[in-house]
Formats: sequence, structure tokens, C-alpha cells
Amino acid sequence: MARSGVNIGRRARIGSDIGGTFTDIVLEDGERRFSTKRLTTYDAPERALLEGVAELLTQAGLSPADVGLMVHGTTLATNALISRRGAVTGFLTTEGFRDVLEMGSESRFDQYDLSIAKPAPLAPRRLRLTAGGRVAADGEVLAPLDEAAVERAAEAFAAAGVESVAIGFLHSYAHSAHERAAAAILAERLPQVSLSLSSEVSPEIREYERFSTTVANAYVRPLMDAYLRRLERRLAQAAFDCPLFLMLSSGGLTSLDTAARFPVRLVESGPAGGAIFAASVAAERGVERMLALDVGGTTAKICFIDDGRPQMSQGFEVARVHRFRKGSGLPLRIPVVEMVEIGAGGGSIAHLDRVGRLNVGPQSAASEPGPACYGRGGTEPTVTDADLVMGRVDPEAFAAGTLSLDPAAAETALRKLDPAGDARLLAFGVSEIVDEAMASATRAHAVEQGAAVEDRTMVAFGGAAPLHAGRIAEKLGVARVIVPRGAGVGSAVGFLRAPIGYEISRSRRERLGQVDLGGVNAMLAEMSETAHGLVRQGAPAAERSERRTAYARYVGQGYEISVEIPARMLGVGDEAVLLEIFESAYRRQYGRTIPQLPIEILTWRVNVSAGAWAPQLREPVGRLREITPSTWREVFDPAAGAVRSYGVVRRETLSPGDWLRGPLLVVEDQTTTVAPAAFDVSVDAYGYLVLDRRPATGAPS
Amino acid sequence: MIGRLDDLRRQVMWTRLIAIVEEQAQTLMRTAFSTTVRDAGDLSAAVFDTQGRMIAEAVTGTPGHVNSMAEGVKHFLAKFPPETMREGDHFITNDPWLTAGHLHDVTVVSPVFLDGRLAALVGCCCHQLDIGGLGQGPDGRSIFEEGLQIPLLKLASAGELNETLLEMLRQNVRTPMQVEGDVLSYIASNETGARRLRDMLVEFGQATLDGVGDYILEQSLAATRAAIEALPDGAWSSELVLDGYDAPITLCARLTIRGGEMIVDFAGTDPAVPHGINVVMNYCRAYAVFGLKCVVAPDVPNNYGALKPFRVEAPAGCILNVQRPMPVAARHVVGQMLPDLMFGCLSQALPERTPAEGSSCLWSVQLRGETQARGAGVERFDTVFFNSGGSGARPGLDGLDATAFPSGVRAMPVEVTEAGAPIVIWRKELWADSGGGGRYRGGLGQVVEVGGRFGDGFEVLAMYERVANPARGRDGGQDGAAGTVSLASGAPLRAKGLQRIPAGDRLVLKVPGGAGLGDPAERAAEDLARDVEDGLVGARVASGLADR
Repeated sequence: MARSGVNIGRRARIGSDIGGTFTDIVLEDGERRFSTKRLTTYDAPERALLEGVAELLTQAGLSPADVGLMVHGTTLATNALISRRGAVTGFLTTEGFRDVLEMGSESRFDQYDLSIAKPAPLAPRRLRLTAGGRVAADGEVLAPLDEAAVERAAEAFAAAGVESVAIGFLHSYAHSAHERAAAAILAERLPQVSLSLSSEVSPEIREYERFSTTVANAYVRPLMDAYLRRLERRLAQAAFDCPLFLMLSSGGLTSLDTAARFPVRLVESGPAGGAIFAASVAAERGVERMLALDVGGTTAKICFIDDGRPQMSQGFEVARVHRFRKGSGLPLRIPVVEMVEIGAGGGSIAHLDRVGRLNVGPQSAASEPGPACYGRGGTEPTVTDADLVMGRVDPEAFAAGTLSLDPAAAETALRKLDPAGDARLLAFGVSEIVDEAMASATRAHAVEQGAAVEDRTMVAFGGAAPLHAGRIAEKLGVARVIVPRGAGVGSAVGFLRAPIGYEISRSRRERLGQVDLGGVNAMLAEMSETAHGLVRQGAPAAERSERRTAYARYVGQGYEISVEIPARMLGVGDEAVLLEIFESAYRRQYGRTIPQLPIEILTWRVNVSAGAWAPQLREPVGRLREITPSTWREVFDPAAGAVRSYGVVRRETLSPGDWLRGPLLVVEDQTTTVAPAAFDVSVDAYGYLVLDRRPATGAPS
Repeated sequence: MIGRLDDLRRQVMWTRLIAIVEEQAQTLMRTAFSTTVRDAGDLSAAVFDTQGRMIAEAVTGTPGHVNSMAEGVKHFLAKFPPETMREGDHFITNDPWLTAGHLHDVTVVSPVFLDGRLAALVGCCCHQLDIGGLGQGPDGRSIFEEGLQIPLLKLASAGELNETLLEMLRQNVRTPMQVEGDVLSYIASNETGARRLRDMLVEFGQATLDGVGDYILEQSLAATRAAIEALPDGAWSSELVLDGYDAPITLCARLTIRGGEMIVDFAGTDPAVPHGINVVMNYCRAYAVFGLKCVVAPDVPNNYGALKPFRVEAPAGCILNVQRPMPVAARHVVGQMLPDLMFGCLSQALPERTPAEGSSCLWSVQLRGETQARGAGVERFDTVFFNSGGSGARPGLDGLDATAFPSGVRAMPVEVTEAGAPIVIWRKELWADSGGGGRYRGGLGQVVEVGGRFGDGFEVLAMYERVANPARGRDGGQDGAAGTVSLASGAPLRAKGLQRIPAGDRLVLKVPGGAGLGDPAERAAEDLARDVEDGLVGARVASGLADR
């Protein structure tokens, strides 16, 4: 693959997202967009991708030579972690700390459940070996590296058939020489084995998170490296010579080489693509504060987007043993789009707990057997069954009419919750609880982010979001909801909107007022150079921009807040500026500052990006024509707690400038948008549906 | 009964309330200064109706706090009747007998007003690292030596902080700014909860929390009763011998299951001792009920209704119902053993649901000392990090290795601990062979070795259990390994009390293992093989098998 820049002479761009069930592919060619969904081919994931690409090229009448850019995201690394299908992985660590991965936080993620199981480490104890050598918290060497022990470990790894090795020593974020020396020894003894160093993968304080991330990287690296190289070859054979970028969990793009070295950074690429998709809608419409709601069959993802940029986090948890229970998974310390994911989607199953409380999810009927109304053997009541019984979904028009739904089966399933109950009320209950769960998750997320919810515009995508977004908006006090086009393949579209970027974080403790400016400047310069180098590799011609962030707190606290710092050498006067920014951020989040206490910076982050996507702005069209629906349907209205008559229109019959009054159903092939009674619906210049809450005019009828 | 509109709305509010208390807990962890709160999660947050009945609690908490706070709020209401409360008031105490059993646990309760009327109460209880006095160890001879006592007081009146109280507090602690920062974080947390609660009441057209509160308590009470009614009626007794401070202590319990209630009587338990390992009634009830609830009704959300069918009695003056002014600072070493005692009773009634005994008592490494090695004058430090042993084997499952039970706290990262104090933790890993063998083996303990960063000597406030009395196996399962406390140079140390680690030496702790359940000969061959291959099980269990 040629490492030229994005070839602007060529028109077409292809985004592809390999998910657990479907491989989504999108081709954009100027104003034209083509998309396809294919079942993921697990034995050779590139097959479905290449077939889909060929299909779209044919549709568009283009050849591989017309393609100027390909962006790829994949859930393969995530799946390997969840289903434990990675490499035989060894872990070399500091003597005395063989079990950090096993002991974790020494806590139970459920207070009362006596039968919990903790996630097993990716490297079993027999493959976790130690070597003497110790570094103190300030980076000083207390004991030299025991090189003989490293050599013994190499022999043991070789004997055990280890394919990939992670190296993680205590305080290596402050002093990486021991890890590098050990790596040199292992590389010589085990030339076929890939090495992942904690000081490279995640050079941050807190050993459990750093080691867990490094071992996860080692665990998926052989698999991902092989897959990416194969994909590279197959594309070259098929005469594609454009650059190929990989989507990162952070929402940035990276080169194939970097992705192959740090595959753990790809694990959330699909959801990150969704967030970028939402951000592109924010940019097109000039929305400053957005709430992205992505609801599929099994999960809902919620993400805040401020000033067109998704919020970022420095870590998350993957492969939770107890689905969605915090603390039951493997922590990964990588830059990732900040989002919450809960087990709530169209296939989520409703059930009663011991107290008689209605719960929805996290178990999902998925696509097999699917909701009861699919008639494929599912008997448990799901959210889709509830939507059908409430009248939101037309049984004959579901999935473009390819699947006829069975309302009687849905009612029977719902009555399992209360044989004496009214099916429509039960459906309402299921829908309310799942909507409440999503609204609660959004509120909780807002607290963690120190953000407000009510003043945001919601963008809803994924098959199930348009059905529920209106009600969730009511619960959250959100006044506007946007349902964009292409919502069903949002992640793949998002890939084409992402900048090429790379981000590096390093721990280095500095007290504000006494910052070692020389040391910090040198460290930041080195981080910056590395990040620029990786981005340059991916996009040699593009202009690069850099952002730097410091994570600071009062001395003695355990959590930091982020403070943007200038992307240049820091001078003496900058410390006062940092203090001011910190205090105002702290006040905004927690109400009051603590003036007498010193402030310290723990972690420094450098983010370099290039080739940011620029929206094609369109003039707003306003409300030109009021459309009156010609058909109506009885739908249970959650706000009223009773059946109301809803208008029904097909989305493809609407054009920019059209507007309608709620309550309304806007039906399209892949989903239905439900506009509650309190909302109007208009179609904007981009063809997006915009739901606006009417200003209150006294009591609702 | 969910097919009714009103019930549905109440259920939605219940879901919301649980999210609200979680927000409270999150705010605490993000703004607190004590490592116990910010890194270890040694805290609780809850909402109460206007009568002070606990309606919902954050699952983040630790049982000693949560269930103690459930009892404590009524004392606030007695001293500050609702009609005297104003918006912006916050109330505080650390009275061990009214709340969570030692001075380090500070409780702040705040009224929530809606349209000028009291609508609910929110509260939090957090482990404050520094409360003055001797520090958290068992060496105080009375409560007066253990630190600053804060009676039930107003922390803020209508939004104005009680500066007199704060000044008093600052003067009495070693790290005044951090302690004040912590107290402010309690207010921030309660204010967060209050704001969300008000929004919810407005949205659902409720004047107070009482309506939905009644519903939640009724449902929870009914579910707990039903769970207890499904058990056999009867009475069972058990005893547990603890190491004690300088002499063994016997705890006695009689559990009666009758008429949908579980009644525990601790009659026969040894009297309180002149060292700070005594337990107040609140804390005794908290851990006893926690042990029962885990087995009997783990999935019923914890609240006043869910707790009501459990009754706990202990004779005044016994070590589980200590009277003023006896010392209580290290009460967890006895209190955290109560679930094991409850399991002793329950295993006779419900053997198929009850775990074996575990390490149970959290092994906190509480160190203090000073160094001049950095050339910046005398650098004093006072630090703590938590370590857990093995939990008892569970029916059908091995015990959990190095995992806190019954405590709900998390361990602090070694790197964070070392960055905060001039110490080096040289070893912190699983202690092979320390879990009791059995068809299901006990969880493994761990080995911890710690020295001064520059070789200076330092002090340890030891408060360790199960050194003389290991976790006992059941149904043929073997005992867990007993813990040890020693110097790296070899000399043993006492398991309790302030001691000095000489310069150049290190403190070595072997944190106990959990006990096994069932005959070790019945252990699945592949489980045994995996343990042996991983080096988790070796000589001790193998010899145990050979003995048979």
C-alpha cells in the first residue's frame, strides 16, 4: 500500500466496520452514498469486507483506482478478548508482584452476591514470571534488573509455547530502562514472539490498569497483526493503492503499522465511529452541546459531544464477566471516546426480579431467536415486542417488509410478566423501564463528566434509538432530537469523518508553583515528536494540529480534572494561568474551590491530529410546508399513559422544509421515528428529521 | 402487580433513586482527600424519607457504613426535629454509638426541601483518615484518646458553614486542609443527591419522598419476608473464638428463624476489653445482618424495609454492645468476623447455601514515621493501604483469592501508595497453599512485605485477626492458613498494637487464607491439577490429602 497522502484527485472514500454480527460498508462519492450490510465472516473477516466493497464499487460504477481513501474499524480485538481467543501470552513482571493481574483491586463488584466469579487474567499464573529489579516512585533504581532471571523467563516462555509476551515493571512510567533491557534480552532469545512493553502501551501510574492494558495488547497482537497484514495484501492484490487507515477507540485514525503494534487501541473503534458520526452531525448543524444516543439490538451507548468533539476518557473496561457490571471486566487504560454502554436495546428481555420489580436487559434475545414477535422461536418479552404492542411499529412494514411481525406472539410473551395484566400496559411498562434506564445512565454519565443534560440536542441513531429517543428526551428535559440519514450504518459513515491522529499520555507528578519546567518541556517535546511521527506516517501531506492536556487535582485527592495547556514550551508565567483554568474547571464541576491547598499535575497528554473533516454547510431551510398525515394509527402514549392517535408518514416522501405536528410516526426501511405529542417534526436541509418540543402552552390536553 | 400505571411510575422512581445515590457516591470519590474514600471506596451514600427511614443506598458502600447509617439518621431527627430544619442546613456527627462505630467514620445528613417543605433526607458516611488522637489502632484506653468527638451538630445553617466547628476540627487533626476538604466533599455529595431528588419529585408530581418510599419499603419487606418464610423455622447456635488483643475472645450467637423473621441473640459473648476492638450495637447489627442477608435475600435492594425482618440483640457491655467510654477505633477486627459467626448458625439450617469461614478481617497496613533522607528537613508520613486474605469456599465454588469480604473496600494501587509516602512495598502477591483444601478450596491469602524507602525505621499500628485462630473448614474441608506478622529479619511481631520496625528491616505480613468446604478427596481432578500447575497449591494440601 502506497504511503501517499489522501489522494484528493480521486473521489471515492470507503468506510468499513466489522462488527460482531454485521460488516457495514459505506462508499461516499461526492454527494452520492452507497452502503451495504453483510454477515461478518469469522474465519476470514476480510472476505465479507472485500465482497462488500466490490458490491458497492459496482453499484457506484467505480473501480479500485477511483478510491482515494479507505478507513477501517473492527471489533475483532474486542471479540478475541471477550471470547478468549487470543495468543498464548506470557507476562514478565517485578519480583514480588506476580499476581497483580489476578488480585486486581481485591474487591467484589457485587456487595451481596456470594457467587460472583472474577475475570480470569489473560496470562495464567504459570505464564506470569518475575525478575528482580526495583524502581522507586520517583524513578530512582533501588535494585538493578536481574538479567539472569529474564533469561530464565525466556527459556520458560519458549518451553511453554508462548506466542506473545507483555513486560510490566513497577513504576516503569517513571523509568522504562528495565523494561527496555528485558525486552532486548527476550527479543534475542525469542525472535518469533511479539513484545508489548507497559512503558510504551500505557505509561501511566496504577500498576493493575497498566499491566492489564499491556497484557491485553499482547494477547490480541499476533491475531491483529496477521489479520491486518492479510488485509493489506488482499487490497493490494485487488489493485487498491490508496492509503488505509484504522479507526482508534479515541475517534482518531492511525496507520496500519501503528495499529498492528498497539491493537488494544482499536477495541472501541465501532462505538468511536458512532460518536464521530454524531459529531459530524453536530458540525453540520452547528450544535455546540450534543448528546449522542446509539441504540442497537443489545446495547445503548451514550456520549456527550461538546463543540463538535466527543468527550474523551483515559480508560474503560472490556469483557465484563457479569455484563455491564462495573468492576467485572478487564480495565484498559487507553484513550477512548467517553461513553457509557448499558444492556438496553431492541432485543433486551424484560423480567421480574424477586421484589417484583420490572427489569429490562441486560440479557438480549439478539437476532437468534430474536424477539417473540419475530416468530423464530423467541418466547421472552423484549423491547421490540413492547414497541409492537404499543403500536409504534407497523407489523407489515418492519425491516422494509422482509419480516412480518406477530403481535399476538408479542402479547403472549408480555403477559408472562403478569398474566392478569393488560398487554398494552405491560408493553408500556417495559418501554418506560428501558427508557428510564437509558435516561438514568445519561444522567449518571453527566455527573461523572460534570456536564448538564437539559440544554443538549440529542442525535439518535442505530436501529432502536429513533423509537425511544423522543420519550428519553422528555425524561431528560431535552428539547430537540435529530435523526440523521444513514443512521443504520452510522459508525462506518463516522470513520470517514475522523481525523488522523495519535495521543500519548505520560505520568509525571509536578506541583503547581514548583513545576520543573525544563523536565516537563523535554518530556512533552519527546511525546509530541513521537505523536507527530506516527501521524506523519499516516498522512505525510496533511497539516497537523496539536493539543496538550494536563490532569490536575488538589494534593491528596484521587481523581484529576483535565486542563488544556498551550502546545508550546511552558514558561514561568504559565503556572498562574494553569491555576486559574484549574480553579474555574473545579468550581464548575464541584461547586467550590479549596483555596489553601496546593495543586498537582499527575498526567500529561499530547494529541496530534491531521486532516480534520470539514462539513459541507447548507443554508437552513426553515419550515416551508406543513404536511398532514394521511394515515393514522392508535399508539400507546407514555406521557399521557393512554392510547392516542398518531399520524403515520413514510420518511422518503418528505423533503427539506416539510414539517408535521406530533404525535407522529415517521417510518423508514430500517427504523421508525416516534415523535411524542409534545413535539413537532421538521426535515432540515440535510434531510435529517428534527424533533422540537413545542413551548408549553398550559396544561396538556 | 406491574400492570398498573401507578405501580409502574413508582418503579421508575425506584430505578431513579438508585441512580441518585450512585451519583452521590461518585461525587464523594471524586472530591475526597482520604485514600480510604477516593481509592478504596470506604463510604456510603443513601436517601431517607422524612421519618429517617432508609429508602435507597449506593451499592458502592461497605456494610459497616450503610447499615449503621440506616440506624443513625433517627438520632439526627431526634436532635433536630424536621420543623426546625431549613434549606441549606447540613448536620454532622462521628459519634460511634449513634452511627458507624468509630470516630473515623463521619456522617453528614442534609434535608431536602421542596416548595419550602421537608421532602426527604440525604446522607453519607465516610472513613476519614485523620480524626486526630492516637490514629486508627487498638491502643486507646478510652474513646477520649482515640480522636476528636463530634457530637450531633450543625455543619451548616441555611448554607452558612459552621466556621467554629471547622476551626475546632482543623486544630485537632494532623492534616487540617485535607480534613476540611473531605468535609466539604461530604456536603458536595449530599447537595448533588438533593438536587437530583428534587428534580425527580417535581417530575413525578410528588411533594415528598414518602409516597414512593412507602411503596419501596413495602415491596422490599414483603420480598425479604417471603425469602425468610421459605426457610425452615428453628433455632441454631454457634461460637467463634477470636485472637483478641492479648487474650482470646469468644463470640456466641443464637439464630432463630420464626414467622418470617430472623432473630440473632449474642448472649454469652465475652465482655468488652480495654483495647479499641470493641463493637457498638449499630456496627454489630450492620455486619450480622449483612452476613444473613447475603445468604438469605441477596437480591432484595438494601433499605429499611429489607432490613426490618432482621432483629439483633446483644447484652449491654459485651464486646458486641460496648458502652461509653470504652475504646472502639479498630472495631472492624471483631465486627468483620460476624458474618462468619452467622454462617456458623446458617450452615446448620442451610448447608447448601452457606460459605465456609474466611479471612474476613481486613488487614490494613497503617504506618507512620519520618525521614530526612530527601534533604528537605523532616518529612513525616502517615499512610494506610488495605490488604485482603482469602474468602471461605462457597457451595459449588472455591473461595475468592485475596478479596475483601465482608468489607466492600478496594485495595489502593502500590504505585499510588509509594508515591504518597516514603515506603517501598517489596512484595504483594498470593500466598500459595494458604487456602484450606476441600472439594471447594478456600481463597488464598497474600504475602505483603514493606520497608522504608530510605531504610529508616517506622511504626505499624497492627490490628490483625486470625493469627491464632484460622478460618475453620466445614464438612471435611480444611482450615485456612493462619496469618503471621513478623520482621523480615525473622522476629515475630504482635498481631495487635503499635510497634516499631527498626531501621533497615521490613514488616512481613502473611494475610490468612479462607477455609475449605467438603472433602478434599472429592475435588475435581482438573481443578487440583490447575492449582498445582499454577503453583497455588502444593505441599500443605498435598500432605493433607496423603493423611487421609
